[in-house]
Amino acid sequence: MTDYRIEGTTGAWEVVIGLEVHAQITSHSKLFSGSSTEFGNEPNTQVSLIDAAMPGMLPVPNMECIRQAVRTGLAINAQINTFSRFDRKNYFYADLPQGYQISQLYHPIVGEGVIEVQLDEKDPDSERRRIGVERIHIEQDAGKLMHDQHPTMSYVDLNRCGVALMEIVSMPDMRSPAEAGAYVKKLRSILRYVGSCDGNMEQGSMRADVNVSVRKPGGELGTRTETKNVNSIRFLQQVIEYEARRQVDLIEDGGEVVQETRLFDAEKQETRSMRSKEDAHDYRYFPDPDLLPVELEDGFIDECRASLPELPDAKRARYENELGVSAYNAAVLTADKETADWFEHMLAAGAPAKAASNWLLSELFGALNKRDKTLAQSPVSPQQAAELLALVADGTISGKIAKDVFEIMLETGQAPADIVQEQGLTQQSDTGAIEAVIADVLANNADKVAEYKGGKDRLFGFFVGQTMKAMQGKANPQVVNELLKRALNQ
Amino acid sequence: MADITELSIKAIRDGIVSGDFTAVETAAAFNARVAAAKDLNAFIVKTPDIAVDQAKAVDAAKADGKPLGKMAGVPIGMKDLFCTQGVQTTAASHILEGFIPTYESSVSGNLWASGAVMLGKLNLDQFAMGSSNETSYFGNVISPWRKSGSDAALAPGGSSGGSSTAVAARLCPGATGTDTGGSIRQPAAFTGITGIKPTYGRCSRWGVVAFASSLDQAGPMAHDVRDCAIMLEAMAGFDPKDSTSLNAPVPDWEVALNSDLNGKRVGIPKEYHMDGMDAEISALWDKGRDMLRDAGAEIVDISLPHTKYALPAYYIIAPAEASSNLARYDGVRYGQRDLPDGAGLQEMYAETRAAGFGDEVKRRIMIGTYVLSAGFYDAYYTQAQKVRTLIRRDFDTAFEQCDVILAPTTPTAAFELGEKSDDPLAMYLNDVFAVPASLAGLPAMSVPAGINSDGLPLGLQIIGPAMDEQSVLNAGLAIEERAGFTAKPEEWWT
Repeated sequence: MTDYRIEGTTGAWEVVIGLEVHAQITSHSKLFSGSSTEFGNEPNTQVSLIDAAMPGMLPVPNMECIRQAVRTGLAINAQINTFSRFDRKNYFYADLPQGYQISQLYHPIVGEGVIEVQLDEKDPDSERRRIGVERIHIEQDAGKLMHDQHPTMSYVDLNRCGVALMEIVSMPDMRSPAEAGAYVKKLRSILRYVGSCDGNMEQGSMRADVNVSVRKPGGELGTRTETKNVNSIRFLQQVIEYEARRQVDLIEDGGEVVQETRLFDAEKQETRSMRSKEDAHDYRYFPDPDLLPVELEDGFIDECRASLPELPDAKRARYENELGVSAYNAAVLTADKETADWFEHMLAAGAPAKAASNWLLSELFGALNKRDKTLAQSPVSPQQAAELLALVADGTISGKIAKDVFEIMLETGQAPADIVQEQGLTQQSDTGAIEAVIADVLANNADKVAEYKGGKDRLFGFFVGQTMKAMQGKANPQVVNELLKRALNQ
Repeated sequence: MADITELSIKAIRDGIVSGDFTAVETAAAFNARVAAAKDLNAFIVKTPDIAVDQAKAVDAAKADGKPLGKMAGVPIGMKDLFCTQGVQTTAASHILEGFIPTYESSVSGNLWASGAVMLGKLNLDQFAMGSSNETSYFGNVISPWRKSGSDAALAPGGSSGGSSTAVAARLCPGATGTDTGGSIRQPAAFTGITGIKPTYGRCSRWGVVAFASSLDQAGPMAHDVRDCAIMLEAMAGFDPKDSTSLNAPVPDWEVALNSDLNGKRVGIPKEYHMDGMDAEISALWDKGRDMLRDAGAEIVDISLPHTKYALPAYYIIAPAEASSNLARYDGVRYGQRDLPDGAGLQEMYAETRAAGFGDEVKRRIMIGTYVLSAGFYDAYYTQAQKVRTLIRRDFDTAFEQCDVILAPTTPTAAFELGEKSDDPLAMYLNDVFAVPASLAGLPAMSVPAGINSDGLPLGLQIIGPAMDEQSVLNAGLAIEERAGFTAKPEEWWT
């Protein structure tokens, strides 16, 4: 793959990208209170005295959130810090009742790790890159302001206030929109495998702050801008393209990139300045005196490690090396935990790996796409799918009949064996019956038999077709081939 | 029958338990005392009806033969820093005026569970910031004490000045206090009563309006050491809702009280001898040393070398935490809101906080904001935390050589109201002996030990190792038994 470059009037420019991904930690209650974290409820129905920062209220850490952050760190082979601490980030805003966000600046819970990405997941031979993760820390989410409910006032919804987030900070290791997209996809895949975040960008449970700068290839790092709260991979790539282009044009026009925070306007597909470094807040971080340091024991970390599922890279290698699944299939199957789980349920029901992987990715995905359904909405279960493949493998039905049976399964949800039985689709392998039909076919086409015997070999297919047609496709094609050859060569 | 309002916590509890008088009679007697003492301005809110209702419940429990708590029927005053369900809680500020919590602080809840009865919410320095009670939005408390031959109003100490005055004037036999940098001990010393700040974490901070989280600690204020032991037992206890709460059982301090100090060593820190120290305070300290020696203790000279850095470190750490803790008072969700016509969010913040906070609170918010600012953080906050560590270490070393430390509580007796209110530094210096134990999180108590030439009470301070309130109480009891402090303020206010 060629390097991604922005062409300017002074030559080619390289873009340098770092991402801060905010991932909502999957937990029933908030980081420091017992309030529910459920999405989409009536405003201010999930607010405790602590979330509303009533006088004298104190935070108590939710150990499940700490556990999920540690598991995430372990999943990217990161340093787990046995000593970490919560700090207060002080600023005033109406969606922040305490007047500070509890976060981790000085001592994050997770240190350096690494995520390996494949630039084109559909192409197993495409370039792989290792993107460094600088740190993961835990922090509280803020509430939400609603400006469209009243002509002169803004309303505050604190349901989300205090929900636990992981901030996953990458190194400035990415060099193209494609790479950044692949990184976020891979990170989301890992989070979903681990179960520490549902990765739903539309619902805001995963969003990214995008740091972009440009430089002459291999040169000194340029000044970066940070575009906040980007909530889809498509937008992320648009932000990078727009920012890189804007910065190159600015520099080449004799201007200077200002270190600032920007916002993305999805409609206009452009970024806009939000505030510059000069009016940046002084957050006055200091250790939260209401909370003790988080000190993790080895036993706790070991338990977290033991609770991790097989992760995508390991799974992909196993599918390829141990199950003999093609590299492409292994890559696609493991990209989403849901797909891998479906596949493994087929294997558990006795389906052979190679046939199952091919069938799943072509037949099932094709059928679901046509019906605009997700894997979770599939009318056919992995067990039924395995039964269908078994019927083909043991010769009960042909591959062609299997497609018809599958169509019926998709419509009715019936078991494949029942469909075959009801519709009498069982493949005919009885040599006597087939021989009788062959004899009829040959007798009715004596001219063609003569031509065949005269050397017109390709007529063999014609006889197969006629025989299968006479048997309504239910004859075992292998048996038909054998018996036909024998009859014609007599 | 003797006047119930003259009795100690122990005598009231025992009297109710044994049926000498009822809790309702007791509540009525103290309600009347409180009502007659308006001039002292000790209460922000009086709750006579609640007192009677709670007392009725105690009497009913007794009639039913149910076991009665440690504080059965004892009427107390509640410092208005503790959130009380259904009763206005203000921290003596305008910004929280009218705020009625829907919840009860853990400490006040513990007290009600032990049978205590609430007479009302006590005045204090605004957000517990002050040493004279002059920063209260509701007017300053006036000490019941007066210098001989003078009518000048004296400071009751602070921040728990309503508590000290209420106990000294016998408006209640006990009151809750909170101590961040001396706010229990200094007012206790000024008013001739006893007050103990336990080890940091003994009493839950849940539901107590926060000043400086790493220092705030609740404790009892009462007439004598035994009453403090009883009331502290009722207040203390592990609370899972406070992450900094001590997960340790509450000892039976009252039962274990013992003023025989044979085999105990009492440390006298040389750094507490300060230039310009009041000669009478110095003499009192010597007297205290003799009393403890008389109780059987060995007196040893110790050194707490970083003492002189304690006050500056305290006045960085406490305001830093306060500047953040007080950010929640923004006019958005509760309390006062000042929203001029057409104002936006920033203006609402500015107006609300400008009108809602008093000068001293604003001063500390500004100091705290400054010391946490980028470029100053390391020079101030980080440095102060290092000093705090050194001060803790000073005490650790000292307690290898002694069991408790004896020191004055304050550098002077009570001063006149207005005397220091224009000079914050002079005011801050009042906490000079109290602050080191606060920074180290250690239990410390003030016991009345003498009267100065103006007829004003003076206190001695005992500091103990973490978790060892018992040694502090025992040494305090030894002083109490020998000092024979029986002086009472003349009752000019009724």
